[in-house]
Amino acid sequence: MLQVVCIKQVADTETRVKIAPDGKSLDPAGVTWILNPYDEFAIEQALAVREKLGTGEVVVVSLGPAGAATTLRNALAMGADRAIHLRAERPFDSLGVARALAGAIGPLAPGLIWLGRQAVDDDAAQVGPMLAELLDLPCVTVVAGFELEGSRAVVEREIEGGREVVEVTLPAVFTTDKGLNQPRYASLKGIMAAKKKPIEEKPVEPGEAALEVVALELPPPRAAGRIVGQGVAAVPELVRVLREEARVI
Amino acid sequence: MGVLVFIEQRGGQVRPLAREVLGEATRLAARLGGPVVGVCAAAQDPGLAALGDAGASRVLLARHEAFAQYHAAGYTRAVAAAVEAVKPAVVLFGASAIGKDLAPRVAARLGVGLATDCVALSAEGGRVIATRPVYAGKAIQKVAFPKVPAIVSLRPKVFAPVATNGNAAAVEDLPLAYDPATSRARVTRLAASSGGKPDLTESEIIVSGGRGLKGPENFKIVEELADALGATVGASRAVVDAGWRPHADQVGQTGKTVSPKLYVAVGISGAIQHLAGMSSSRCIVAINKDPEAPIFKVADYGLVGDLFEVVPALAKAVRELNAHGA
Ligand SMILES: Cc1cc2nc3c(=O)[nH]c(=O)nc-3n(C[C@H](O)[C@H](O)[C@H](O)COP(=O)(O)OP(=O)(O)OC[C@H]3O[C@@H](n4cnc5c(N)ncnc54)[C@H](O)[C@@H]3O)c2cc1C
Ligand SMILES: Nc1ncnc2c1ncn2[C@@H]1O[C@H](COP(=O)(O)O)[C@@H](O)[C@H]1O
Repeated sequence: MLQVVCIKQVADTETRVKIAPDGKSLDPAGVTWILNPYDEFAIEQALAVREKLGTGEVVVVSLGPAGAATTLRNALAMGADRAIHLRAERPFDSLGVARALAGAIGPLAPGLIWLGRQAVDDDAAQVGPMLAELLDLPCVTVVAGFELEGSRAVVEREIEGGREVVEVTLPAVFTTDKGLNQPRYASLKGIMAAKKKPIEEKPVEPGEAALEVVALELPPPRAAGRIVGQGVAAVPELVRVLREEARVI
Repeated sequence: MGVLVFIEQRGGQVRPLAREVLGEATRLAARLGGPVVGVCAAAQDPGLAALGDAGASRVLLARHEAFAQYHAAGYTRAVAAAVEAVKPAVVLFGASAIGKDLAPRVAARLGVGLATDCVALSAEGGRVIATRPVYAGKAIQKVAFPKVPAIVSLRPKVFAPVATNGNAAAVEDLPLAYDPATSRARVTRLAASSGGKPDLTESEIIVSGGRGLKGPENFKIVEELADALGATVGASRAVVDAGWRPHADQVGQTGKTVSPKLYVAVGISGAIQHLAGMSSSRCIVAINKDPEAPIFKVADYGLVGDLFEVVPALAKAVRELNAHGA
């Protein structure tokens, strides 16, 4: 069974956000780029399934500028077999990404398609279910447990106040949550092997925009708070302000 | 024209979040013009007429046995059919587990843009702008919608419901040319986990504990304060990773995003990834023995002290307040 994992290169979560002069995007100066943390669970799960089946190919796909190739190389070092780089110089909106991915992935007819639950830059959490809709496939988002049973998968996801168990007939799309598995590190051997694995590059152009970013701003600072006091002696004052000022208790 | 709202039900009950979303729909419709219409998929009418009070003038109901549970393909078609019937300018969802799964499917089906987990909406000269935190809350993005309808999901607990003394909403059947039995995904089981307590994302008050508690057994201190306040217990990642609390309790970038009216952080340092999950709370209280802890920078009220002394005293004071009433 062929599996596809969609991965995104994002700014490191420790990044200090600076706004670019266009007032709409992140200033890339000094940013460290990493593999989207949720996508690590997606790669790991695909590799685990391949190992369990003892056969099949894991193809990683990323849409982005030249730098995205580094991220693809990381995934190859973890153990993916080959990569497709959808080369795009400008950012796409989520629907644009999903359409480009659908175009590249559809012809591969994968049994399983894996994505992260969300990219930690735009925090959109859109591309997985959009891709599923475009490919007319079932999709389970934010997966925290996964069992493959022949041509079916039994998966678990966290919902408000509980866990939902979903049975899905393959082919299907899944987006992965933290806790699904423990992603492996690339071994030295893996890193060496990755250098010889193929990355196919295909240019893609954004279609019609569905969403337009009009501004990126730093959040308004929270109004300065105050220290009500020290130790147990300050408890009555804390209770008073919560009751009389904030009116929350 | 107007605003279409996805009405989420579970177990035959309308979720409280639906009223928050209807509240914002009502305010938006006042600026954009047109009615507020709901769309719901369910096995039976979960009492939709009562949503007239929350701002809906009518609600379209797609009814099928299979819709008792969340059914992605069927719910997607129901909302798409309602868009076809109502031709709204905006479609609103709550950013719940179901709303987050459903809204992108609907947007892809309609070929329009979606802004997820928004914290504000505006309409200037008929142009809808959605405001949403990005980069784990370190920046705020404003987006516009080149296509109609604009699709938006709203962060729970941020938007106030409205209480109109309006009429009952008209409930109308929404026929679907779709057989849910053909779906290749099926919810087979729902296991409740939190012992009747509301989920973190739906809680009015949250008391979260961090590594400052020193060990899992000490969480009873946090639980006692939570009980006194009628709050739900949350946790930092450090204590979830240590196995002291389940992942469902984690607040932050890789956990839940919450916006309660009161968030009490006990023994939590306030790492940026934790702040990502709770900085949109209305009132933040921090209890920490280190006056330099970053949590004090976002806290409305800080108390510097040893949590092992302060928290039980606070719980006691709150219990006394509850006992003596106003
Ligand atoms: C990619 C990524 C994602 C992450 N996602 C999350 C996330 O979703 N949520 C999250 O919370 N973290 C997340 N983190 C981890 C985060 O960076 C911090 O490590 C974590 O939040 C720290 O937890 P803590 O505040 O409980 O522990 P610490 O940072 O160890 O803080 C403990 C605090 O307790 C105080 N304390 C100690 N003893 C007492 C006492 N007796 N009385 C009062 N105060 C006391 C100390 O002064 C200290 O401030 C993430 C990190 C990364 C890299
Ligand atoms: N440019 C991209 N290239 C490949 N996969 C992507 C891209 N953007 C998003 N994804 C995938 O979609 C998931 C959700 O992203 P998002 O919807 O942007 O939050 C990510 O975790 C990736 O798996």
